[in-house]
Amino acid sequence: MTPRNLALFAAVALLFLITGVFQSWNLALSILNMAIVSAIMAMGVNIQCGYAGLFNVGIMGFAALGGLAVVLTSSQPVDGAWRAGGPGIVLGLLLGVATIGIAVALYRRMSMGPARTATLIAVLAGGFFLYRAVFDPAVVAVEANSPEAFGNIGGFGLPALIAWPMGGLLAAAAAWAIGKTALGLRSDYLAIATLGIAEIVIAVMKNEDWLARGVKNITQLPRPWPVPQEVDLQKSQPFLDWAGRWGFDPVLTSSIIVKLAYAGLFLTVLLIVVWLSERALQSPWGRTMRAIRDNEVSAEAMGKYVTGRHLQVFILGSAVVGIAGAMMTTLDGQLTPGSYSPLRYTFLIWMMVIVGGSGNNWGAVLGGFLIYWLWIMVEPMGLWLIGAVTAGMADGTWLKTHLQDGAAHMRLVTMGVILLLVLRFSPKGLIPEK
Amino acid sequence: MDLLNALVVFTNFVFIPAVAYGAQLAIGALGVTLIYGILRFSNFAHGDTMAFGTMITILFTWWFQAMGISFGPLPTALLALPLAIVLTALFVLGTDRLVYRFYRRQRAATSILVIVSLGVTFIMNGITRFIIGTEEQNFADGERFVISAAGFRAATGLSEGLAIKSTQAITLATAVIVVAALFWFLNRTRTGKSMRAFSDNEDLALLSGINPERVVAVTWIITAALATIAGVLYGLDKSFKPFTYFQLLLPIFAAAVVGGLGSPVGAIAGGFVIAFSEVMVTYAWKKVLGYLLPESLAPEALVQLLTTDYKFAVSFTILIAVLLFRPTGLFRGKSV
Repeated sequence: MTPRNLALFAAVALLFLITGVFQSWNLALSILNMAIVSAIMAMGVNIQCGYAGLFNVGIMGFAALGGLAVVLTSSQPVDGAWRAGGPGIVLGLLLGVATIGIAVALYRRMSMGPARTATLIAVLAGGFFLYRAVFDPAVVAVEANSPEAFGNIGGFGLPALIAWPMGGLLAAAAAWAIGKTALGLRSDYLAIATLGIAEIVIAVMKNEDWLARGVKNITQLPRPWPVPQEVDLQKSQPFLDWAGRWGFDPVLTSSIIVKLAYAGLFLTVLLIVVWLSERALQSPWGRTMRAIRDNEVSAEAMGKYVTGRHLQVFILGSAVVGIAGAMMTTLDGQLTPGSYSPLRYTFLIWMMVIVGGSGNNWGAVLGGFLIYWLWIMVEPMGLWLIGAVTAGMADGTWLKTHLQDGAAHMRLVTMGVILLLVLRFSPKGLIPEK
Repeated sequence: MDLLNALVVFTNFVFIPAVAYGAQLAIGALGVTLIYGILRFSNFAHGDTMAFGTMITILFTWWFQAMGISFGPLPTALLALPLAIVLTALFVLGTDRLVYRFYRRQRAATSILVIVSLGVTFIMNGITRFIIGTEEQNFADGERFVISAAGFRAATGLSEGLAIKSTQAITLATAVIVVAALFWFLNRTRTGKSMRAFSDNEDLALLSGINPERVVAVTWIITAALATIAGVLYGLDKSFKPFTYFQLLLPIFAAAVVGGLGSPVGAIAGGFVIAFSEVMVTYAWKKVLGYLLPESLAPEALVQLLTTDYKFAVSFTILIAVLLFRPTGLFRGKSV
């Protein structure tokens, strides 16, 4: 940490402090919590792009998979759902995987020609209909199981803290499958493929109601271990006494304490991830990665297994994003597949890495904090600015109402301008790679 | 067995919509592929260029409508289109001058340019939303149908109707004209040839005295025109909504990549491949099969392979399937 970097972090910390002092600590803390989550996602992107030069624009998909893992791990089991169709769903999915596995094996074993094409089509079509025949009735049965309240398969009711690594695991598993198929693609082709895969993940989560109720959303996910519920705090006598002694408003204080508890947990995860990433970056493995990034051909000539390393780093980075996605879902207490958009969950995260400094873990963290703060605060600032501009205009004029309605969209413009300015005048980011 | 009715249902619900959608995607993908060929990056701002161009078209359309100008049976938007193309081209040239040129001079890596285009996406997206808002806009006027379902039934005596919306006919006619003009330009004119030379081998083209700034400027102008046309056709056929246009980037990229980035023929083929697979996989085949199969075998269910919510998923599954077997697309695009 050079003095310059410390100053940058201090400046960003100051932004949060100013928010706390001049607006409210509640707001500052909620921005902080999401900023930590975003910083972890940015680290995941940095591991892929900064270490290995992989251009993955499917971040949204991995974050959503992390959220899905939270629902599957930590939500309460749904009465009767497993009996209704659990085995059928599992069997159906296994059949689907087996079909693809057989098709891949056949493709590798058989020699090219019409015979192989015909067999492959037969296997895939047969497998698809078999899968639908087993899978569909099970899904219908699960979704018919008290559909107003549930209609999903339910979770294991495990603690939320276990759900976070599970989110990483689920994202890693998906990354393995995606990496196996798509990592051979060249730069832009890989980018567009991952962009699409993320859309597929969201489409599946929106439509497969048995999984996590789709767009009907899952709410009231459990909190992680040390974080209390606001209502419990407000009922507990010791807390009320303590708040009364200091003259705090119990409702506001309880919500701040909850946010502080989250912030503590999240910071712990962030520091662990930073520490591990830094260790990895300094290790021979990290040097191999950078060698591959800087010159793939010569790294391969030196006997480095480029494909394998790429797959490895793709899985690792995606797992980090998955963990952050799981943390975010726990923080929100709900999973809303409809709210995932590439602008917010892929491109904004990329922007954090670029602004912070690609290839530098601390840069990604700094970018995460700074950009998320801006993302939230630019909107009120835009409203304030428009308010100042339109103050002189008569009320109800067309231009005034139009400007006021449109002010919210200025945040996209501002973010774009910031990104372009950083790319132009500080192309290596605020904290460049050493 | 009732082959004729089955064919009419198929044409009405699958073939015609897919052809119109495919033509819109193809024109959009041509823009992406041209930028990739000449400027060598995937332009993430293309969807928003479409939205921007369409927005200007809509604004002019409203103005024309307010003045009482109409285009007879054709949509007024077609009158506004040339003006919108000029303004969009100016805007896009402005972004090139302000943003992209700097990185081109530096010979920046592709990934940097992609991220730069992301910044432009943010800005254009914000501007569009700021000016016209986020709501859906319908701006199609004029005749609605070339052939209406009822008219078709009366004329042929079949029990199924066939409707061709005028927007679909306009889409197809425009697409044919645009594609013919573009290929004539690329293959026959001096500027077009210099563009292709630049795309094939930049250094060699520079050595032969081709002015790169001119090639790039012409490319941006053509791209702006293609994006505006594609956006307006899509908007006339369906409706205009900034968010939908941002999302259109996905099938358009898929089309360009399936065909092979940098290959104009590939972009057109890719557009139709994506459109047909999207429509066919998400169409409920019950009615068609009901006519084709004997009554005892007629399906009870919808016979829909996937619900319509999966349409983006379909285009990208096709994309990945194609890339697995042909890593640079059907028509062997380039990779930088």
